[in-house]
Amino acid sequence: MVTTLDGLRAACGEVTEAGADDAVDGVPARWVAWPGSTEEVSAVLRAAAGLGLRIVARGTGTRLAWGLPPTDLDLIVDVSRMDAVLAHTAGDLVVTVQAGLRMVALQDALARHRQRLALDGGDTLAGTIGGTIATASSGPLRYRYGSVRDLLIGITVVLADGTIARAGGTVVKNVAGFDMGKLYAGSLGTLGVITEAVWRLHPLPDARRWITTAGDPAHTAAAIAAVRASQHDPVALEVDRAAPGGAVTVGVAVEGVTDGIDARADAVADLLGTAAGTAATVADHIPDWWGQPLPAPHATVTCEPTGLADLLATSPGSLRGSAGAGVLTAGLSDDDRLGAELALLRETAWRHGGHAVLRCAAPPRKTGLDVWGPVPALTLMRRLKDQFDPEHRLAPGRFVGGI
Amino acid sequence: MTTYQGAKLAVLAAELPAVLGSHAVITDRQRLRTYECDGLTQHRVVPGLVVLPESAEQIAAVVRACAAQGVPFVARGSGTGLSGGALPHAEGVLIVTSRMRRILEVDVANERAIVEPGVINLDVTKAAAPYGWYFAPDPSSQQVCSVGGNVAENSGGAHCLKYGFTTHHVLGAEVVTPDGELVWLGGTTRDVPGYDLLGAFVGSEGTIGIATKIVVRLLRQPESVRCLLAAFPGVDEAGAAVSAIIADGVTPAAIEMMDALAIEAAEAAVACGYPEGAGAVLIVELDGPAAEVEHTFAAVRDHCTGAGAFEIRLARDAAERALFWKGRKSAFAAVGRISPDYIVQDGVIPRTVLPDVLRRIAELSAGTGVRVANVFHAGDGNLHPLVLFDEAKPGEAQAAEELSGAILDLCISYGGSITGEHGVGTDKACHLPRMFSTDDLDTMQRLRRAFDPAGVCNPGKVFPTPRLCGEVPGKRKGVHPLQAAGLAEQF
Repeated sequence: MVTTLDGLRAACGEVTEAGADDAVDGVPARWVAWPGSTEEVSAVLRAAAGLGLRIVARGTGTRLAWGLPPTDLDLIVDVSRMDAVLAHTAGDLVVTVQAGLRMVALQDALARHRQRLALDGGDTLAGTIGGTIATASSGPLRYRYGSVRDLLIGITVVLADGTIARAGGTVVKNVAGFDMGKLYAGSLGTLGVITEAVWRLHPLPDARRWITTAGDPAHTAAAIAAVRASQHDPVALEVDRAAPGGAVTVGVAVEGVTDGIDARADAVADLLGTAAGTAATVADHIPDWWGQPLPAPHATVTCEPTGLADLLATSPGSLRGSAGAGVLTAGLSDDDRLGAELALLRETAWRHGGHAVLRCAAPPRKTGLDVWGPVPALTLMRRLKDQFDPEHRLAPGRFVGGI
Repeated sequence: MTTYQGAKLAVLAAELPAVLGSHAVITDRQRLRTYECDGLTQHRVVPGLVVLPESAEQIAAVVRACAAQGVPFVARGSGTGLSGGALPHAEGVLIVTSRMRRILEVDVANERAIVEPGVINLDVTKAAAPYGWYFAPDPSSQQVCSVGGNVAENSGGAHCLKYGFTTHHVLGAEVVTPDGELVWLGGTTRDVPGYDLLGAFVGSEGTIGIATKIVVRLLRQPESVRCLLAAFPGVDEAGAAVSAIIADGVTPAAIEMMDALAIEAAEAAVACGYPEGAGAVLIVELDGPAAEVEHTFAAVRDHCTGAGAFEIRLARDAAERALFWKGRKSAFAAVGRISPDYIVQDGVIPRTVLPDVLRRIAELSAGTGVRVANVFHAGDGNLHPLVLFDEAKPGEAQAAEELSGAILDLCISYGGSITGEHGVGTDKACHLPRMFSTDDLDTMQRLRRAFDPAGVCNPGKVFPTPRLCGEVPGKRKGVHPLQAAGLAEQF
């Protein structure tokens, strides 16, 4: 008799039985496939389609607890063998990579050419290319350079039925065909398995400075508004607050040529210090909290620029992230208070055009909670999912509205 | 005898005046002809019906009526598009947004403006300028093109090298879906939960809905702007300067190049006074904090000299800067001075192969006798070769079309794209399969079907169809009315 395992092995050389460590957010898997190429991923997904298997794609597995646990899971498609830099023409500031490449390895390779992919932060750097796209991770640099959606210029994805679909290309300026990369960014693997990506790169700066100060929410929010309205052109605008009622640290990063960087940093420090009412300090090394993830459970909270003071004053738990982009992480209580804190956070965010999404928590804590909050255009999202994965076999239930 | 589609259109012509007012529904054949083309004037189709709605609700009502009858509809802003994206449907409704020009909000503290789709691009910047802010996308038609059109086409402009395209500057949009529902995609903050449908919508060329309100980001004006014009013996030297600037880690706001033929045309048209004997000129613009700009500007100057520039002019003020740009911005129209007809291409190549590709284009030109003027965004490899011909001379049009196609093939063979900013529209739909496989295109169609299962929203655009691709794509004939009136320039 031909078993499921035989069927999968015919498609992909390496298939193993899943172990306890392979559970996704508490949901056990049965098998793990380790494809080595886009074509092998396609073969695995075609075989899985024939067998009706439910699939979750995995890189380093660091962010599989984001979103909700899958409702069903048979097969993990682990892309960590696909870890090559496929092409990097430094003069074009473009790199093509496989999805299983670790972000740290990519940044190291690029740094040798004095370049970088302008995605930073501890969460981002801990994972792979595929995971970074699927979770739309970002860090402090997003204030200037945007997030995954803004830097991804080409993508290869394998759909649930095994179809290999490319979009975009290897040039930055390109409007040929639909911009499909936007859909896959932050989709938590519900539309397809990402196998390759093409990124726009930026030069590494000669010099960097970090300017920080601290104060109460009203003063620090005013300091941030002053920097935003200035012409100092910072690359990052961060806040860090350990607990409600505590002091808020504001951090501004400036980058550029060595000549003049200190004068620029001093000008920012003057502005920041005056507005915050506490003198700011300039450092040539990164602050230890900069871009570091908060322990689970944590939520992503967004707000308009003018809502920042309110958020800093009223949000529960700890708070850290890009005040500049209006995207922050709130660290919440790992106990029964979680639901109430999320509701409070959501209420504040809502007042300022934003949302609060519980991104990561131990599975029992998510039970009974509205993890996503209100999602606009959900009907269209369901129709999109039905087009891409009509049998709902890719990461079922992990995304908004049960997608 | 009225066709079945014609009968359905007659139903709409009878129904819609009650929704929009009779002044906003055009059925008169002569008036319909005004809308028969966009900026790509060689494609002309007289629309079945034109409506001029004044609100999102009216657009939704029109779309619902179209959906109920199964009548196709096409949205049009100012009609400046260069790929035929707003080409009307003969048995469909053209929804013109030119009466929706309200700037609903300029909120500098929140770094945004909310505008209706018919608002002119430059008017957003004008509204924000008193506070020291601006809207970054700057297609050269920005004095007339609409923000709704920018969203549909994901418009670029000269400064997108540093600042990106429309997609990077739109936070949210209220959209009428092809079944006539009003929904918000994105919002006033980033990272709205769910799929990034806004990201998919921007640049979908009007095929998955019509934007009725748009939240655009405003940027703080830079402290300093510096601009130089460098003259080189030829395009090889100018190309080497571009490579050197980028390799040095500098990201200018813009790097533009013109070759000898393009300079000749610009001189004939606007007497821009570029250095005599130049085989190529570069315009390089830097902006940002003054200290940063001064340093990098000196480096850019050195790179130009090092690559062989024989003359470098520095703009001392805004007026001189405008003069540098005048020749560049007039180049397309100026080509009319040296050739009765021309085809505009919009191919993209990786920056590093620029000298190779320009040499290959020159060889193609020499081999066929068809002249090509090169005007382009050198910083991001977006070529705008102008292929010159005279329709009146037998065989020239055909030769020009073939050469134009060969240039696109060249772009693809070097890993580039068939369009950097003009869009696929009607013009390049038949070229799209040269870049994407059937599976790639089918996957894009899945997105389209999710929004528009009935296929009534701007049908026949972007994706190849047998009807469209039986025809020869390509050449540009005549001048757009807006351009003739001096209202628009092409880029």
